[in-house]
Amino acid sequence: MARALIHVPASAKKGDVIEIKTLISHVMETGYRVGVTGQPIPRDIIDDFVCTYNGEEVFHAKLYPAIAANPFITFFTVATESGTLAFSWTDQHGATQVQTAAITVE
Amino acid sequence: MKALLLGVTRSLMRAPSPQRGEGWGEGVPTERPEPPHPALSPLGRGRRKHLAAAVFIISTLLVRGTLAADIPLDQRRSDSDFVSADTRAMQNDDTANPAMLAVLDGETLWNTKAGETHQSCADCHGDAAKSMKGVAARYPAMVAEQDRPVDLEQRIMMSRVTDQKAAALPFESKELLALTAYIARQSRGLPVAVKDNAQAKPFIAAGRALFEQRQGQLDLSCAQCHDDNWGKKLAGNLVPQAMATGYPIYRLEWQEVGSLQRRLRNCMSGMRAEPYDFGAPELVDLEYFLMWRARGMTMESPAVRP
Amino acid sequence: MDRERSRREVLQAAGALAGCGALLRLSVRPAAATPEMMKDAVRSVIGEAPVKKGKVKLDLPPLVENGNSVSCTVSVESPMTANDYVKAIHVFNEKNPQPNVISVKLGPRAGRASFSTRIRLADSQTVTAITELSDGSFWSDDIDVIVTLAACIEESVH
Repeated sequence: MARALIHVPASAKKGDVIEIKTLISHVMETGYRVGVTGQPIPRDIIDDFVCTYNGEEVFHAKLYPAIAANPFITFFTVATESGTLAFSWTDQHGATQVQTAAITVE
Repeated sequence: MKALLLGVTRSLMRAPSPQRGEGWGEGVPTERPEPPHPALSPLGRGRRKHLAAAVFIISTLLVRGTLAADIPLDQRRSDSDFVSADTRAMQNDDTANPAMLAVLDGETLWNTKAGETHQSCADCHGDAAKSMKGVAARYPAMVAEQDRPVDLEQRIMMSRVTDQKAAALPFESKELLALTAYIARQSRGLPVAVKDNAQAKPFIAAGRALFEQRQGQLDLSCAQCHDDNWGKKLAGNLVPQAMATGYPIYRLEWQEVGSLQRRLRNCMSGMRAEPYDFGAPELVDLEYFLMWRARGMTMESPAVRP
Repeated sequence: MDRERSRREVLQAAGALAGCGALLRLSVRPAAATPEMMKDAVRSVIGEAPVKKGKVKLDLPPLVENGNSVSCTVSVESPMTANDYVKAIHVFNEKNPQPNVISVKLGPRAGRASFSTRIRLADSQTVTAITELSDGSFWSDDIDVIVTLAACIEESVH
């Protein structure tokens, strides 16, 4: 499990546009760097990031090797109702990591 | 005086020291190759002259106090002042600072039982926010167990091996950096407060000698950039004063967290000088001098640097 | 004066240092993307639709301290209602080995058509953002970025 840091406001008023910040530990190896052996280090990147809000997709990004190591992505969403925001990062091999955050919407 | 000379001699000779863990491949040889042609150094040929020069500088120091080239205390500025606004913003936002991932890992390790004693750091030290407050700000420091100072990483390792009876963590390993980052974070906002008592003075002086000594194929000393030319540009980046108040750092160049020793080794590679091995007494002396030089300045760990 | 001499030496050394650093990178740099590759990448993402300048704003620092991590923000003026919203935002580059940077899918639930991330830029180059609106139109913005190399790096590239 890669370490992830998520910042979601604990509470918001209905209709507010809230900012969400996400940071996950990942080397995002481009596949273009050459190791000490002289061989290229194989690509190893997170290539998909999805945020769902009570199950509905509200943000979806396709990532490429040009995304810096330890991907940092911030975006906005409308606080519609109380519930759970789920964040999933999937790497090029198909492995997915999911982390959730709760939000209270008045 | 004799003890000082001995101390200086010992610190100028490179003792073998533990290498980094597997897979880093910095290409640092375990055998020391032939040094660059001595004619390049204005100090003269061979080590004797280096030793003589160092002794001269140190004795001058003892007689006259600080050298004129030191940055006046009130003109000292954090290295954060010399990075771009974006880098500073990244550092100052705990939700955006990639080093905070290491801090979180360190918190987990702090609470994980380890070694034959099956104790975690927390079992003895409790809440790090209380027990580790101010600790990173006073390292490097003399320790009872040795007759020379150790830096924070080495102190953590001593606890692990001696107190927890766990395996040592290799220099620059993810685990050691995580613990260092977590402990250093607990000193953020506090003033650097390394001791410079009679016991420590020879090591700080040895560190100063290293800082002011010309070295490598470019025949540069640390002081020439960081005391005399801070604020000017070098290869697109501003030269900072090298106030080491933010370690361990997330260096954009490494794309990961690293220690002050790693950064100093980079400096030496950049100067085309042979870097000292991790854990070398020279590096610790230099760290001690750098922290003493930054005494009273605010700790910023973990910082972000380019 | 000693100070003059030391400054001159540092500047000379800096030239040598920068030269060494640049050489090290050139010898291990893989084939870079070309503006042609970028055009192909854009075409494969948005098809043959015409792209107009405007509406989208790409935010990048004009002078980058280290190409490994560059703050990048893209925002589009849009009410983000069910009838008028931003469907997608794509970012492309022209000198990295690969022309795509990120592709973001949005919708009315976003509230604000804006996101931030940190990207890698291999060299000084032009970065382009293209947005697709709900009415099917495409808009773009581009920024020229100068990327500088860090001084004092490690011996081996790893």
